[in-house]
This record gives sequence, C-alpha cells and structure tokens, in this order.
Amino acid sequence: MISILEENMFLKLTLAGAALLASVALPATAVNAQTIGFSQIGSESGWRAAETTLTRQQAKDRGIDLKFADAQQKQENQIKALRSFIAQGVDAILLAPVVATGWDQVLEEAKEAEIPVILLDRTVDAPDSLYMTAVTSDLVHEGRVAGEWLAAEVAGKDCKIVELQGTTGSSPAIDRKNGFEQGIADHSNLSIIRSQTGDFTRTKGKEVMESFLKAENGGKDICALYAHNDDMAVGAIQAIKEAGLKPGSDILVVSIDAVPDIFLAMAAGEANATVELTPNMAGPAFDVLEAFAKDGTLPPKWIQTESRLYTAADDPMAVYELKKSLGY
Amino acid sequence: MNPRYLPLLATIAIFILAYALCYSQYPNMLSTRVVGNLLTDNAYLGIAAIGMTFVILTGGIDLSIGSVIAFTGVFIAVLLANTSMHPLSVFALALLISTCFGALMGGIIHTLEMPPFIVTLAGMFLARGMAFVLSTESIPITHDFYDTLQDVFFRVPGKGRLTLIGIIMIVTVIVGVVLAHRTRFGSYVYALGGGLPAAKLMGVPVARTTVCVYALSGFMAGLSGIVFSMYTSAGYSLAAVGVELDAIAAVVIGGTLLTGGSGFMIGTLIGVLIMGLIQTYIIFDGTLSSWWTKIVIGGLLFTFILLQRGLVWVTSRARI
Repeated sequence: MISILEENMFLKLTLAGAALLASVALPATAVNAQTIGFSQIGSESGWRAAETTLTRQQAKDRGIDLKFADAQQKQENQIKALRSFIAQGVDAILLAPVVATGWDQVLEEAKEAEIPVILLDRTVDAPDSLYMTAVTSDLVHEGRVAGEWLAAEVAGKDCKIVELQGTTGSSPAIDRKNGFEQGIADHSNLSIIRSQTGDFTRTKGKEVMESFLKAENGGKDICALYAHNDDMAVGAIQAIKEAGLKPGSDILVVSIDAVPDIFLAMAAGEANATVELTPNMAGPAFDVLEAFAKDGTLPPKWIQTESRLYTAADDPMAVYELKKSLGY
Repeated sequence: MNPRYLPLLATIAIFILAYALCYSQYPNMLSTRVVGNLLTDNAYLGIAAIGMTFVILTGGIDLSIGSVIAFTGVFIAVLLANTSMHPLSVFALALLISTCFGALMGGIIHTLEMPPFIVTLAGMFLARGMAFVLSTESIPITHDFYDTLQDVFFRVPGKGRLTLIGIIMIVTVIVGVVLAHRTRFGSYVYALGGGLPAAKLMGVPVARTTVCVYALSGFMAGLSGIVFSMYTSAGYSLAAVGVELDAIAAVVIGGTLLTGGSGFMIGTLIGVLIMGLIQTYIIFDGTLSSWWTKIVIGGLLFTFILLQRGLVWVTSRARI
C-alpha cells in the first residue's frame, strides 16, 4: 500500500513539473525542472564521450536533473536502465540504442507510463508510435556538404579527386559516398578518379593514400582528397607529406566528423575543411521536450542535426581546444 | 545452529540491509514495479545461475553458459527467420542441443579427468564461435508467438508486472530447490562436492552424476537463452558476454562454497537479486558510474570468500 501511495504522489509531483529530487538540487531560475534519464551505449569512442559530456552540460545549463546510465555496450543493461527510469517515474528518457532490434516491449512500457522516449544518434526497428522522435545526423547530407564545398573551392577548374571510403558496406560509408557524389554531380570539372576503403582508420588511410599517390604520377595528378572520416584524412596527410607534396595546397583535403586532430591539421594548413558530426544530439532533444512540456507540441518523427562545415577560417585552434575539453 | 546456514543468512541479511538502504534514499525502490523489474531483468541470469549452482556444488565450474545463451538466441532467431517451424519446436531443439553440449563437456571432464575449467573454456569458445558462424548481425525475432509470450504478464497493484520470464525464473528456482534437496540426484551432487574418494565410498555413481550435472547446466543455459531471446526479441552473437562470471558471482554471493558440497538454491536467487539491486540503485542515483556495480560486486565476493574461509576454519577447529 505504501508503495502505491508513494508512486502516485511521485507521479503527481512530476506531472506538476516539479519533481522533488529536481527542485531541491536546482537553482530557482529553472522554471520547468525535469528529471530525464539518459541511457548511453558506453564510451567506446571519443565522439561518444563528447556526446555524454555535452548531454551533461546541456542538462546542467537547462536545470535538468539528468540520470545517466552507461550500458557498457550491452543491450540488456540498456533495457534494465529504461525499466528503472520508468519505475522511478522520470519525465522523459533519452536512448542511444546499442542495437536496432528488441526494443518494442520496453518502449511499450514507457508509452504506457506516458514517458516520452527520444532516440539519439541511432534509430531502432520498432513502430515509430513507440517513441517521440529520433535525433540523428543525415549521413548523405554530410557527404553533400563536403562535395559542395569542394566544388565551390576549385571554382570551375579541373579537379581529379581521390576518395578514402569507410568500412565497406557500412551505412556511413555508403551514405557519405552517395552524398558526396550528389554534391559534385552538377560540376563536370570534378571527377573521382580513385576510390578505395580505408576502414575508417588512420593507418589504413595512410596506406591507401600511399598507393593512390604511386598510381597517380607521384600525386601530381591529384587535386583533392575526400575522406569519409577525419582519422583517415589525418593518415593520408602523413602520406602526402612523405611523398614530398603539401597537403592543403598541392592536394586539398576535405573530410567528415570534426574530431579535434583535424583542427590541428587545419591550423597547420594541412587540411582544408571538415563537416561536423555533432556530438550535441541532446540539445535538440531537450528543445523538443521543453516545447512538449510547455504546450504539448509534438515534434516530427525525425530531427536532423546540423552538419556544420568548418574551414581554416573558423579559428581551428580555438575549436580544437573546445573539442578537447569535451573528452574526445 | 548448523554453520552451513551462516553464509545463506549473511546473504539474506545483506539483501535486506541493502534494500532498506535503497528504500531510505529512494522510496520508489519498494514499488512493485521495481520488484517486478528485478525478476524480469535478471530472469536469464537467475536461470543460468541455478544451473551453475549445481555445477559449483560438485566442485566444478561451467564457463560456457554465456556463450551457450548467445548461441541459443542466434539459433532460435535464425531458425524462425528461415524456416516455418513453430517456436515451441525450435525451443525443444535448442534445449536438446544445449543439454547434449553440456553432457558432452561433462563426459569429457569425467573420462579424460580434465579440469572443468579447461573443458568448459573450450566449450565457451566453441559455442560463441558457432553463434558467430550462424550470424554476426543481430537478428530480430518477429514471430507472432513471441508477441503472445511477451504479452503474458500479471499486473500487480502499483503498476508492477510479473512477466512470463520472471515466472519461468521463479519456477526454475523451485525446481532447483526440489532437485537439490529432495532427490537422490541432489544428494549425489552434494556428496560429489564433499570429495571424490568419499563420494565413491558412499556409492555415488560419479560418472553419471558428473555428466548429468553439466547436462543440467547446459539445459539451464539453453533455457536462459530462450528467456534472453524473449527479453530482447532478437538473437545476437555478441549477447550475454561474461554472463558466466556474473552467474558464478551470484552463486558465491548466494553463499555456495566454491570448493563444493555446501550451498543453497535460494541463496543463488538472492545473490542474483542483490546484483540486480545494485544496478537499479546506480540507475536511480543517475550520477554514479555504472562500473560501480562491478566494484561493489567485487567487494561482496571478497567478503564472502573471507567468510567461507573463516567458516571452514571455525568448523575444523570445532571438530578438534
């Protein structure tokens, strides 16, 4: 009996938008103090660590009481975390799912408890009525931004491009390739002459670039390099330097992700542009939840994050310092 | 009082104390919802741990169960996706395979007089490898029968749910208790754990018991795999990594002697619940790193090993 009363009370408090836990810990400025659970996959990459840091920062700035659960790469831990969030009566749940399958049941429980769930960075194989929205980047768009930048940069001159693809068959590799091709499609002066996988890694990126350089007259025929991620670009830059060419001027370098190291290269004039895969997935999610709490506005089922283009004009050293502090 | 009961009592005391602590901080922890979650979320671990308790009672160990869980899940998912077989017959087939797999390991352990550690380690790699050969991707299970099974739950006052898989775990524990304490097989298991020469003198059929105990563990791992596939509606070759170690930890925290011969099924259940409780607390808190779960469990394990040593020492002195 006690437990039922407790739970009802808790629900009422949360519905009133002033959960006891939150209100104690928060500054008086926070109007709609919310408790939000965040089930993160883990911290397997620098990008994910940055996503976690940014989510925490965003929550703090908005006066949200964030319950963070690291799933250590295990789906069972994520399901457990979601169930505990529901039992706790949080106001909303953010979920970065480790795999796409097997979420229907727990999402139904959340729906039944009227707790909105927002997917971050990846989507799930479940009916979209089971979650409020998914905040993800558009991989094709990222590639297109990179392609359009290059087309504008060479401005009508002939340009032969070499491409370092991501892991064969992976969706980022397929989509970023398609996007880039769309971006340069209207410019007949641009052509991709070689394209090969560098497995998203630095070492493989360097190796493949070395073979490109050998095959293309020591690199003299290559005008630009497009890499599906920054790590491969950093490896390739090394290879270009070893071949006696200047990356960034002899061969233009454009890549995707915007990890700190590419900004170092950019500051040194060795890379030209990168398209950001933003780790700030939680920001748009919190915006949506605020709007929903205010007047019940329901967001579209998919929210595309911004794919910002960074070039040498964006003070790369300052961006580098900023990114470093996020835990990349 | 029989000192054999001491570890079990310690386990129960720790569980009650821990729950009280959690409750004092988060009153919601005592809701039927959390209790229901504890049973549902730890069902696969509980079932596997019961099998593991039998193995450890004989003084053995079974490292293969995590892999067998993953293999069973992938096996079920592949069969359901590619054939028109009914899930129930797939379950039967999966249980048959996992039981035979366990029996085979038991047979090798007995006939070749190999340490169970090595044989089941080989079994662990073999089963995980087989799961990967079947599929490296996570395969969703979309069969209607699964939806029906997942919809089987009883609503408890306070919005809690007693799910089918939670019920399966409870039934497994009850069967485990009966098997351990009310059957000849159970007494053979305890006798075997008490020492091989003594067991032989008592007329325990050592070969049969060893094979049976690993077959039972295989069966439980298979059942756990079925439950896991219902839990996640998918079969994934990377699932349940390290579950064998969680199961061993639950057994030891549950008061079973790692050297065999002494322990209780109920203790194992409480061991599993303690581990689930720690996880729930950390999620409720929401600021602690989830790795604290491992640290606390590590601490508890040390405590119990010390407790067991202490007990052995006390009882041996009492005998003198």
